[in-house]
Amino acid sequence: MTAPNHRWRKFKNAVVQTLTFTCAILVVTPLLLVFYHLIRLGFSSINWAFFTQLPKPVGEPGGGMANAIAGTFILLGQAAVFGVPVGVLGGVFLSENGSSKLTWWIRFAADVLNGVPSITWGIVVYALMVVPMRGFSALAGGVVLGMMMIPLVMRTTEEVLQLVPGGYREAALALGIAKWKTIVQIVMRTALKGIVTGVLLALARVAGETAPLLFTAFGNLGWAHKLTEPIAAMPLQIFIYAISPYDDWHRQAWAGALVLLVLVLAVNFGVRFLTRDRFTQRT
Amino acid sequence: MPEITNQTLSPEPERKSAGTLALTVRHLSVSFGSNQVLKNTSLDVAARAVTAIIGPSGCGKSTFLRAINRMHELTPEARVEGEIRLFGEDIYARHVEAVVVRRRVGMVFQKSNPFPTMSIVDNVTVGLRLNGVRNRRLLAERTEQSLRMAALWDEVKDRLHAPAISLSGGQQQRLCIARALAVQPEVLLMDEPASALDPLATAKIEDLIVELKKDYTIVIVTHNMQQAARMSDFTAFFYLGELVEFDTTAKIFTNPAKKQTEDYVTGRFG
Repeated sequence: MTAPNHRWRKFKNAVVQTLTFTCAILVVTPLLLVFYHLIRLGFSSINWAFFTQLPKPVGEPGGGMANAIAGTFILLGQAAVFGVPVGVLGGVFLSENGSSKLTWWIRFAADVLNGVPSITWGIVVYALMVVPMRGFSALAGGVVLGMMMIPLVMRTTEEVLQLVPGGYREAALALGIAKWKTIVQIVMRTALKGIVTGVLLALARVAGETAPLLFTAFGNLGWAHKLTEPIAAMPLQIFIYAISPYDDWHRQAWAGALVLLVLVLAVNFGVRFLTRDRFTQRT
Repeated sequence: MPEITNQTLSPEPERKSAGTLALTVRHLSVSFGSNQVLKNTSLDVAARAVTAIIGPSGCGKSTFLRAINRMHELTPEARVEGEIRLFGEDIYARHVEAVVVRRRVGMVFQKSNPFPTMSIVDNVTVGLRLNGVRNRRLLAERTEQSLRMAALWDEVKDRLHAPAISLSGGQQQRLCIARALAVQPEVLLMDEPASALDPLATAKIEDLIVELKKDYTIVIVTHNMQQAARMSDFTAFFYLGELVEFDTTAKIFTNPAKKQTEDYVTGRFG
C-alpha cells in the first residue's frame, strides 16, 4: 500500500533537499565573495609598513595603519574591562534567579539593547561622556564598546550557566559548600569555556563597530598619548579612507578591511577550537 | 542575633554509638506550592545503622530524604513543616544555617555527579578545600582515607590526578561517596545510589554501605526491594506521601503489620 506513493515522496524529498542546500550555499556565498574581493583589492597593500607606520598625507606613497591597529586593541581592551565583569555578573544573576519578575524584565531589557542600532549607543555616550568631558576620547570609545558588549555577554553567560547540570550544583551544596562558592568554583568553572567563548564573540562583534566610534573615539591620524585624547581605530580609518577621493587611500581601506576580517575570523576559529575541546573532554 | 559558627552544631561523636538515635523526625510535612508531597511523617533513625526508605515512585521517599539536609531550600516554592532533630539539635532552628547542617549530613545522588573540571583527588577534597582547609597533609590523609572507605583507593591510587570523568560509572559513584565522606558527615543520605549501575557495580556499592554503617548513620532510598532486605536494619514504607509502616527490616519483610506493606514487599503492587 506504500508503493503508489513511493515515487512522489522521493520527488518531494529531492526538491526540498535541493532547496535547503541552495539556501545553505546562499548563506556562505557572501562571506566567500567578501573575502575574495578583499584579498584581490587589499592584499597588495599589506606589507610591513602597513603594520608599523602612521598614515601618510595624501600624495605621499606608503604609510600604514599602525595607530589604528593599536587603537582597535586599546579600545577592545577597555571594552573588555568595562563590559566583561558587568556582563558576566549580570548573567550569573539572571541564571541564579531564573523565574522572578525582575529577571524577566532584565532579560527583556538585554534583548532590546542587543537590537539597539549601534549609532544610538554612540549618541548616548556622546551625550554622557564626550559633552561633559569637552572632547572626544579613547575612554568614551572604550565605554561605548563595553556597553554594547554587556547585553551580549550577559545573555550568553546566562545560557551557558543554565547548561550546567543541576546535579553539580546540588552535589556542591550538599557538601556544605556556601552558595557563592558553589556558583564561582563549581558552576562557573564548569561553564568557563562557554563564558570565554561568549566574551570572545562579543569582542569580535564590537571590533568592527564604526558608527558608535564616530561620536566617541573620533579617530586620529597620529598616536593617542592619553585615554582622554581621540584615538584611531581600524573601522574608523577604513571609513575615512573609503569615503576619500584618493586611490592611495582606497587601497589602504581595502587592506584595513582585510586585516579586520582576518582578525574576526581568527577569533571565531579560536572559539571553535575552545568549544571542540570542551566536547571532547566531557564525553 | 547569635553568632553562627561551626560550634552552633558541633559534632558529638560520643553520642553516635549504636542504639542511640541519630535523627528524630516529628510531624514532617513538605509541600511544593499547593501540592503536599509528604504528610505528617514521624520517624526515628538509629545511629550507626542502615535505614531503608521504600515505596512506589512519587510516594515522597526522596522528598523525605532531602528534608534531612535542607535541600528543599533550593526550591523556592517548597515549604517544610515539622521538626527534625540531629542528635538532639533542631536542624530547622532559626539560628542554624543550612550550610552547617549539610556538612553534618552528607548526600549521594542517584546520578553520579563528580565535578567534570576536577581530577579524582580534587573531587574528593573539594568539600574540605572550599570550606577553608589548606593543610596539605590533612587533605592527603583524608583523600586516602575516604577513597579507602569508598573501596576505590586501589583502583585509582596511581592516577589520582586523572580527570574524574575518566572513571567508569560505578567508580564515579564510589568517588561521589568518597567525596561525601571526606567532610566526615555524621549521617549519609543516599538517593537510589545504585539504580543507574550494572549488577556488579551495584553489589560493590551494597558491600560498601554495609561496611560504612560501622562508622556512619545511613538513610537510603531504594526502589530495589531485595537491596533493602539485604543491607538495611530498619525499613520505612511510604505510600502516597504517608509513612505506612516503619520497623526492623526483618519484620517488614517477613511479618508486616499492614496489608499495604505486605502487598508492596511481596510485589503485588507498586
